[in-house]
Amino acid sequence: MNELLNEFLVESYENLDQYEGSLIELEKDPTSKKLVSAIFRTLHTVKGTCGFLGLSRLEAIAHAGENLLSLVRDGVVSFNQAIASALLATGDAVRAILAQLEKNETEGDVDYSDLVALLVSLQSPATKGAANVEESAKPTKAVPAEPKAATVESKAAPAKAPAKTEPAAKAPALSAIPATPTHDPKPESKVVKAPVAAPAPVAAPLETPAAKAQPSAPTVKSPEGDSPSGSKASDSTVRVNVELLDRLMNLVGELVLTRNQIVQLTGSLESVPMQAACHRLNHITTELQDRMMKTRVQPIDALWSKLPRTVRDLAQLCGKQIRLETEGAETELDRTVIEAIKDPMTHLLRNSVDHGVESPEERKAAGKNPEGRILLRAFHAAGLVTIEIIDDGGGIKVDRVKARALERNLITPEKAATMSQQEVVNLIFQAGFSTAEKVSNISGRGVGMDVVKTQIEKIGGMVDMSTEVGKSTTCRIKIPLTLAIIPVVIVGCRGDRFAIPQTNLLEVIRLDKNLMVETVHETPVVRLRGNLLPIVFLDSVLAIKTGEREETQHLVVLQAGDRHFGLVVDTIHEAEEIVVKPLGRALTAVSCFAGATILGDGHVALILDIFGLGSRASMFQSTRAANALEGEVKAQGVGTGVPLNELLVFHVGGIRAAMPLEMVSRLEEFSGDQIEVAAGRQVIQYGGSIMPLISLSRALGFEESKSIDGRVQTIVYARNGRAVGLVIDGVEEIVRGNIEVQPAGRRSGVLGSAVIGKQITELIDAQDLVRTHASDLFE
Amino acid sequence: MNKTRQLCTFVLDGQTFGIHVDCVLEVIRSLPLTHVPLAPEAVCGLINLRGQIVTAIDLRRRLELGPPKEGKTARMNIIIRTSEGPLCFPIDEVGDVVDVEERLFEPVPETMTGTARKLIDSVCKLPGTLLLVLKGDFAELAGI
Repeated sequence: MNELLNEFLVESYENLDQYEGSLIELEKDPTSKKLVSAIFRTLHTVKGTCGFLGLSRLEAIAHAGENLLSLVRDGVVSFNQAIASALLATGDAVRAILAQLEKNETEGDVDYSDLVALLVSLQSPATKGAANVEESAKPTKAVPAEPKAATVESKAAPAKAPAKTEPAAKAPALSAIPATPTHDPKPESKVVKAPVAAPAPVAAPLETPAAKAQPSAPTVKSPEGDSPSGSKASDSTVRVNVELLDRLMNLVGELVLTRNQIVQLTGSLESVPMQAACHRLNHITTELQDRMMKTRVQPIDALWSKLPRTVRDLAQLCGKQIRLETEGAETELDRTVIEAIKDPMTHLLRNSVDHGVESPEERKAAGKNPEGRILLRAFHAAGLVTIEIIDDGGGIKVDRVKARALERNLITPEKAATMSQQEVVNLIFQAGFSTAEKVSNISGRGVGMDVVKTQIEKIGGMVDMSTEVGKSTTCRIKIPLTLAIIPVVIVGCRGDRFAIPQTNLLEVIRLDKNLMVETVHETPVVRLRGNLLPIVFLDSVLAIKTGEREETQHLVVLQAGDRHFGLVVDTIHEAEEIVVKPLGRALTAVSCFAGATILGDGHVALILDIFGLGSRASMFQSTRAANALEGEVKAQGVGTGVPLNELLVFHVGGIRAAMPLEMVSRLEEFSGDQIEVAAGRQVIQYGGSIMPLISLSRALGFEESKSIDGRVQTIVYARNGRAVGLVIDGVEEIVRGNIEVQPAGRRSGVLGSAVIGKQITELIDAQDLVRTHASDLFE
Repeated sequence: MNKTRQLCTFVLDGQTFGIHVDCVLEVIRSLPLTHVPLAPEAVCGLINLRGQIVTAIDLRRRLELGPPKEGKTARMNIIIRTSEGPLCFPIDEVGDVVDVEERLFEPVPETMTGTARKLIDSVCKLPGTLLLVLKGDFAELAGI
């Protein structure tokens, strides 16, 4: 494509984004001359270049828009919603033509004469207004509040006024647009000249001309004023093709591999200078990789700046008043991530506008500001980016959600009774759920929230909702910073190696006689801490027939959305951070792989797509079917007399105690000096977060147990994403079987006693214990 | 002077093939191949070409040449440029780059059948041998 045209396109797209943003801003603050000027400038630039490139159709539209704007700028027409809509439509039309230009270098043949006519007609009240100014000798009448405001501004900086004289004199030349139905600019400009010629009175008479001179002056001046900063920006930044960046990224990745090989080779050499050079190479490469990653990030504003328009249009459609605010727009994210969250983000925002914020009448009745507020907030936390969409609407009605979920058979009545508010709210992410009473064309087709959830989970993110009835609803998205580099675990299967993203991975267990594969209705399952886990053999789902299965196999417990399943592989290699590379077009049809990567030894390994894998193994035909299957599996398990009770037996404070295995997330051993104190409580750093410790013996009223070798044994109990470590003296065994519990007297934290393995054993009620001793954590 | 075309030649299963030099990115020694389960039949794996992952296409299979003889594996890879990114073909041997006069080209014989017909653009009558000229079309080569 013509280079000049290309440059024009890139520049105009950018300008248009700004144009829309400024228009939305202007709607909120119609008196801002700075905004009007900015908008005017954008359109003017487009128009100017169009003329240069001979794009007459585009020029005509930009021209009509510009005329209207010039009147607004001069305070002849006061800015209103109709004008805003027309100007936004102008932006759309320009964008459409630009897109057409990009496609085939023509302006297309869409007729925009209606739009032009609308833009012209909107100028007409202006004609009258302007006429008034000229005819009436009392200009004060014709001056509404806004020009006054501008004049007041000018007072604040009267020293500047004379300096503007020259550009102001130029102004009419620029704003005097040829061939317009209105001739106002010209007479007007004559009026302008008068006060300019005598700069002294600028501050004194609060007259129209002065007010007019003021706004027109900055318009002309600002391009000049901007130019130093503008040239600075172009000095320090350059446009770089994304493809080139990707190439560079590839090469850096390859450099890292070569570096690894060299470091390995020189490790065995004696030469000191060689070693030193190698160290330097190491540092430089690491830094280079780091910086290279930075080139791929963009502030989230790149996405957000487009949203005010969406909100505005929607709010108008639903007859609501909504203000969109942003916080942390500078938060940086990988380009690809921004692209990936665009749709879900827009959807959630639409939801907030449509269902979240109430109508102005409802809001007034509830004693709220009739103008609703939606806040977008982004920040970095724990290696992830959190994005929140907070509206101050009526909140989600938990009872209604529950009723709807029951009606749609998404949950069972028993389950409904035990669900927390948080859990209920998050039911809206289930497939086939929609509480909208009115189905609008905006949202409420019952697809949507589950799609949002899937889309976000696909890129390794999480989404959840919380609500405060009558006050607000918060939707929180957590996403990884980048999709280009992800942590994975490398597993082996019949000699091939595969990468499993850590975001999908829950745990890795060796399959042995304690954990054996059983079948229910020809479906392989394992019993994992009292629950049945459906499993999939990697080699059979991928139809790998070459190579040999290893003797000992491993079970990788995976999570894809709400479903858990186990994947049987041969070996577990290391955990690594890998660079994700796309698969070629020839392989896009294979849904089991998310991409490929190059391992440290230069070999290619495929990255498993857990969703794809699960659906290939028909794990996720539908949630309901899966639920039914689970029910069946459980029922069969009981029917065949297999007891599902599994207990972890341990000793604490001199007694034998037990707790159901399904309450145990993990068993961990720490060294005593790892324990720290925070907020008056013993804590330990665990998996990147802080885990409080509860001494079980003290909680049960025994003496603090002393560890002999400085090691601390803990049972990790986790609920709702929070974990607590219960400190015990030592683990004894895991028992299976139906256990008869004798209720003990009322003792906090104890369910009762039972005879297990011919010994009296106390059954611990972990839930109760945690509620008593760490209630603040599990609210 | 007669117009000529430059062809890069290679040998597969005893047969000489040619492909326009402009399509050829490079010729390299055989690299370790990562097998891709569930992939289309024509795909024989992935290679690491200096940090770029390139799909390897089994030309033998696409051309219906039958499996290689016992103990004889492809020793070279030819990397070609297509509209959808590079593709790699494991081949037996690489030949010379030859300048061939236009008049030596002939269309594929009407009687040729099978997928090979879709892949072969023309036949070139070189002294002593017939050179089959491949098309550089991604969809046909990858068999999708």
